[in-house]
Parts: sequence; C-alpha cells; structure tokens
Amino acid sequence: MKSSEGLHFKTSVMILLMVIFGPSGDILLGKGMKRIAPMASWAPADVFHFFFAAFTSPMVWLGIGSLLTFFIAYMVVLSWADYSYVQPASALSYGLIAVLAYTVLHEVISPTHWAGVVLICFGVLVVGRTSPRTTPSAAPSATPGPAASGATNPAPRAGGSALPRVTSSATASATPNATTRATERVS
Amino acid sequence: MTQAIFFALIIIPGTGGEICVSRAMKTIGEVTDFRPRAIARFIGRAMAVPWMWIGISMMATGFFALLGMLSVANVSFVFPATALSYAAGALGGKIFLREKVTPQRWLGVLIVCLGVALVFIGKR
Repeated sequence: MKSSEGLHFKTSVMILLMVIFGPSGDILLGKGMKRIAPMASWAPADVFHFFFAAFTSPMVWLGIGSLLTFFIAYMVVLSWADYSYVQPASALSYGLIAVLAYTVLHEVISPTHWAGVVLICFGVLVVGRTSPRTTPSAAPSATPGPAASGATNPAPRAGGSALPRVTSSATASATPNATTRATERVS
Repeated sequence: MTQAIFFALIIIPGTGGEICVSRAMKTIGEVTDFRPRAIARFIGRAMAVPWMWIGISMMATGFFALLGMLSVANVSFVFPATALSYAAGALGGKIFLREKVTPQRWLGVLIVCLGVALVFIGKR
C-alpha cells in the first residue's frame, strides 16, 4: 500500500516536471530563435553568424535547458512507469499551455479548446487511477554491478555531446506541444 | 496518397521511437537515487543501450516527417495524427512492452485522444 503510494507520488512528480518543462522549453526555444535574424544564405560566414547568434542567446539556452530537464524527467519516469501511463498523462501540457496563453498572453481560447482541455484532464484522471507500473521492473539502478559501472565510462562522451541533439529532436516529437507550435506557425 | 504516407510517418516512428526509449529505460532498471550525480550516471548508462539510439532516430524521423507534412499538406491532417498517436501508444505499450492496458486505462486514453482532437479543432 505504502509503496504503491510512493510509486504514484514519484511518477506524478516526474510527469509534473515534464508538463512544466516540455512546453516551456518549446516556447523559449521558439521565441529565442524568432528573435534571431534568419540565415541570409548558406555561405559559411552567414551560417556561422546564425549559429553564433543562436548560441549566445540566453533565451535559446534557457529553452535548451528546459528541454533537457524535460527529457531527463521523461527517461527517469520511464525507468519504472508504463509508457501507456506516461504518454497520456503528459497530454496535461495542453492544459498548461492553454492556461498560460489565457492568463499570461491574454489570448482568446475558444470554448471548444477549453472543452478539449477539460476532457484531457478527465482522461488523465481516469488513467491516473490505474497502476503506473504493470510490468516487472529490472534491478534498481542505484547499485550498479561491475557490468553497469563499466558502461558508465563512455558516458561523459556519449551524454555530453549527444544529449542536446537528442533533446531538440526527441522532445519535438515526444511532446504534443511541438506539434502545436508547428501548427501555429503554419496557420 | 502522400498525405497517407506522412500520416503513417508521424505516428509510427514518433510513437515507435518513444516505445524504444521506454524499452531502453526498462532494461536499465528503476531509478531510486535522485541526486544529480546518480541521475547523470543513469543517463550515461541509458546512452549505452542500443534501443535508446534506435528510439531517438525514429523520433527524429517522425519529427522531420511532421515538418515535411506541414510544408505539403493541409494542417487539418495533423490533429488526427497527433490525437491518434495516444491510442497507438497504448496499443504499442501493450504489444511491444507487454504492459497491462486495462479497460480503465483504455477509456482514459480514448478520452485524452478526444480531448486533444478538440484542442486542435478549437484552435481554428
């Protein structure tokens, strides 16, 4: 009973982190990139200027940091929780986006949009009443054996260079908000 | 036809990629230590699992398919794809990760699908 409560609690905390940092990262990165002048041409100098502007923008870095936090929370929660539990629960980000758009940006949200948000919350509530884990879990990762600690060695290189790239592409398809933003851009 | 291909290209690699990442995480084991160093070690170990990279490549494919689709197809094709990916996720979790998707969880997932569709409809 107690361990089930603990499982629900830590799962909820991680999903909360995902719901907060996923959309924030998308918005910050999107806003940061929009402030930068578009790349004039594919000439090396122009490409360099573009990337220099992007990587010296604090907003872009805040966005990358948020997306990184999102992806770490996503990986951590999936180490114990079902994917079929985490995925629908992460749809709560649609609710957060709507509330922020309404309160902070004073955007008009249509009744249909609100109805969708209410339905999502209700659906997540229904999913949330099921057990977050229905499969047997592997050994806890806190006590790495010899094989596991051996695998840690290449980690700094793999994690250091790969993670930002991972996050920008993976989060984009992992979170619903990327689709939202892309859709907004087109429409 | 092109739209049907893009439709499949968004749902299958997007959801499939997430399922691969989920599989990679399950092979490492549950995180019980939440200190930054332990989390960093955990991420490092995750990056050494091939499923992780298969998943990331698939997710990237899904993302670029979405961008490609937005450039050639009407936006109205995007929301059914996004909404359906929640149902596809539950199905994928059941088939490939052997998760127990109870009728209650199915109900919740379907309600979320409907909600996501409404959010997109309400935007236009």
